[in-house]
Amino acid sequence: MAKELLKGNVAFAEAALRYGLEAYFGYPITPQSEALEHLSKRMVEEGRVFLQAESEVAAVNMVYGAAAAGVRTMTSTSGPGFALMAEGLSYIAGSEVPAVFVNMQRGGPGLGNIQPSQADYFFMVKTAGHGDFHPIVLAPANIQEMIDMVGLAFDLAEKYRTLVYIAGDGSLGQMMESAELPPMQALPTERPDWAVTGCEGRDPNLITSLYLGAKNLEAVNLRLQAKLREIEENEIRYQEYEVEDAEILLVAYGTVGRICTTVVREARKAGLKVGLLRPQTLWPFPLARLRELAGQVKVMFVSEMNAGQMLEDVERAAAGQCPVKFYGRMGGVVPLTDEILNAVKQLAEEVR
Amino acid sequence: MAKGMVVIDVDRCKGCGLCTHVCPVNILTLSPDTFNAKGYHPVIVTAAEKCIGCASCATICPDVVFTVYRQKRQPQAAPA
Amino acid sequence: MAVDVKIPENMELVYTYPESLTEVSTHYCPGCTHGIVHRLVAEVLDELDIRERTIGVAPVGCSVLAYNYIKTDFVEAAHGRALAMATGLKRVNPDKIVFTYQGDGDLAAIGTAETVHAANRGELLTTIFINNAIYGMTGGQMAPTTLPGMVTTSSPLGRDCSIVGFPIKMSEILAQTEGAVYITRQSSAGLAAIRKLKKAIKRAFMVQLAGLGYACVEVLSTCPTNWNRDPWESIQWVEEEMPKYFPLGDYKVTDAVQALKVK
Repeated sequence: MAKELLKGNVAFAEAALRYGLEAYFGYPITPQSEALEHLSKRMVEEGRVFLQAESEVAAVNMVYGAAAAGVRTMTSTSGPGFALMAEGLSYIAGSEVPAVFVNMQRGGPGLGNIQPSQADYFFMVKTAGHGDFHPIVLAPANIQEMIDMVGLAFDLAEKYRTLVYIAGDGSLGQMMESAELPPMQALPTERPDWAVTGCEGRDPNLITSLYLGAKNLEAVNLRLQAKLREIEENEIRYQEYEVEDAEILLVAYGTVGRICTTVVREARKAGLKVGLLRPQTLWPFPLARLRELAGQVKVMFVSEMNAGQMLEDVERAAAGQCPVKFYGRMGGVVPLTDEILNAVKQLAEEVR
Repeated sequence: MAKGMVVIDVDRCKGCGLCTHVCPVNILTLSPDTFNAKGYHPVIVTAAEKCIGCASCATICPDVVFTVYRQKRQPQAAPA
Repeated sequence: MAVDVKIPENMELVYTYPESLTEVSTHYCPGCTHGIVHRLVAEVLDELDIRERTIGVAPVGCSVLAYNYIKTDFVEAAHGRALAMATGLKRVNPDKIVFTYQGDGDLAAIGTAETVHAANRGELLTTIFINNAIYGMTGGQMAPTTLPGMVTTSSPLGRDCSIVGFPIKMSEILAQTEGAVYITRQSSAGLAAIRKLKKAIKRAFMVQLAGLGYACVEVLSTCPTNWNRDPWESIQWVEEEMPKYFPLGDYKVTDAVQALKVK
């Protein structure tokens, strides 16, 4: 397929449809409403299911229902809407049906504003609503990567019967870039055998997250944890840039990860040995690789659009082998190349 | 010959007594001196010959305790 | 089932265990009308021969385990969200029959928005709404449908409407929506009521089979344990007291719904 100029929200929405999205239930919220609007037209054109729900609470439960029926389904939202979905996310995690969620993060907490942010890291990575769980969290840094990650998200969701989030932010949703959409994928002709589709010719299926009795529920949790370990074994993804001889290792994801690629280039021009590890999966986190690198570099430097959330995971990975520094902006402010570069240069002086 | 007959699934009964209030011929009561596996006094039929097979008991029973039988309809003689 | 009983030759079977009910003995209290309504739903699924095409959505409440008793595919919804889940399920399974079975807390407190909007959209769904004016599973707290003056564990001095508002009348509310085509309030208290209730449940499923719109059967029901009354007294209370606030009858029946022949 040819490259075209695409708006981020439209790109991920159209990509989802082409990757076989059969049901989309959403609610308008800035900065991702264009996805809902695009799908309100395209899903109907393709004979798929589209419904604007009365709230994000309703939307996540509609997704849960469609997921239980075994079709590719997703919704997209931003922080305040994602918070409303927390209950549904936990039910989906506990009942092991596949579903994909896109969070175009914005400034918070509370109503906040509509500018880009990465302040939902803890909320997305550490749990799925209440209870012991981790969704798979993909962190695209540009529109092409976001398109590709939509396809990956559906595949991983089905492979593991789990939740997959795409952690975007307002700038990724609103920006326009040249990218290539996938070709239209044919829809499957059959539903998975665990799905609820009417019990003709078989025993009834049950999709539930209710397991009365402590031993019962512990057994379920052990199974879920084993699944998470398997995901950690197999699905970590990250990109490294100029890491081989780096003395200062930048660790950043999403939009900030992208900005840091430029920071590395500029720092190298200034003669500094700076590299970047850009996690593409926030969960499972590239802990082992970062732990290894912590033994090689003089200092790690984390930059995020929040008060320091992935920072804690990087500190944990470093395990005291090297100091971990931080530069962040909050409230929807995007840290620009120059400010991060200046902070890196200052750091370089300190560790000389 | 009784017009009807009920078969009681004794261990399903929870002794709620609803059937005893709706039986139109008053032949159901909770057994005063026996218990079922659940520990309830189950329903018993006191006068089986009076049963009319109306299925009122089955209609109100929340636990599907009753299977009900009734005399087959005799074919009507054709009018002369 | 009892065996070893000789059935006289001149007798025929009048009532037997519904196919669509599992053999599992329910956990419901003695005299709880959940048992009656589950049985009626099963009978209707049998008579319409739709068991294998049907998907149930269980609520949170005493009937959270409905999936152990009714022999169809089932999903367990979050509290109040059954109709949103059912919406997703039905829209991707348009040829299947999807029903929700919900209590008064589920449908009329936490789930009010999902309920009203599903009805308003005319979702092709069938809802069985069990109204027993109390929160049974959690131990007898006040429900949005608790009657004025009624003592519950969270209204120990009796429901004071000047502070907490009045019992909410969901059938009346849902009947106002354009998408709802069959809204009726029935009772599980007594033989005549149960016979009418069964017809209403059957009509509500037939509405979905005919693709007419949203159908909901509100069922005035008992909770002997939390009402502190014995089963028969509870039936009488439903017969005598509840209809004073929740009048029985049809609140919405479109012409197309009326035209359905319910046997």
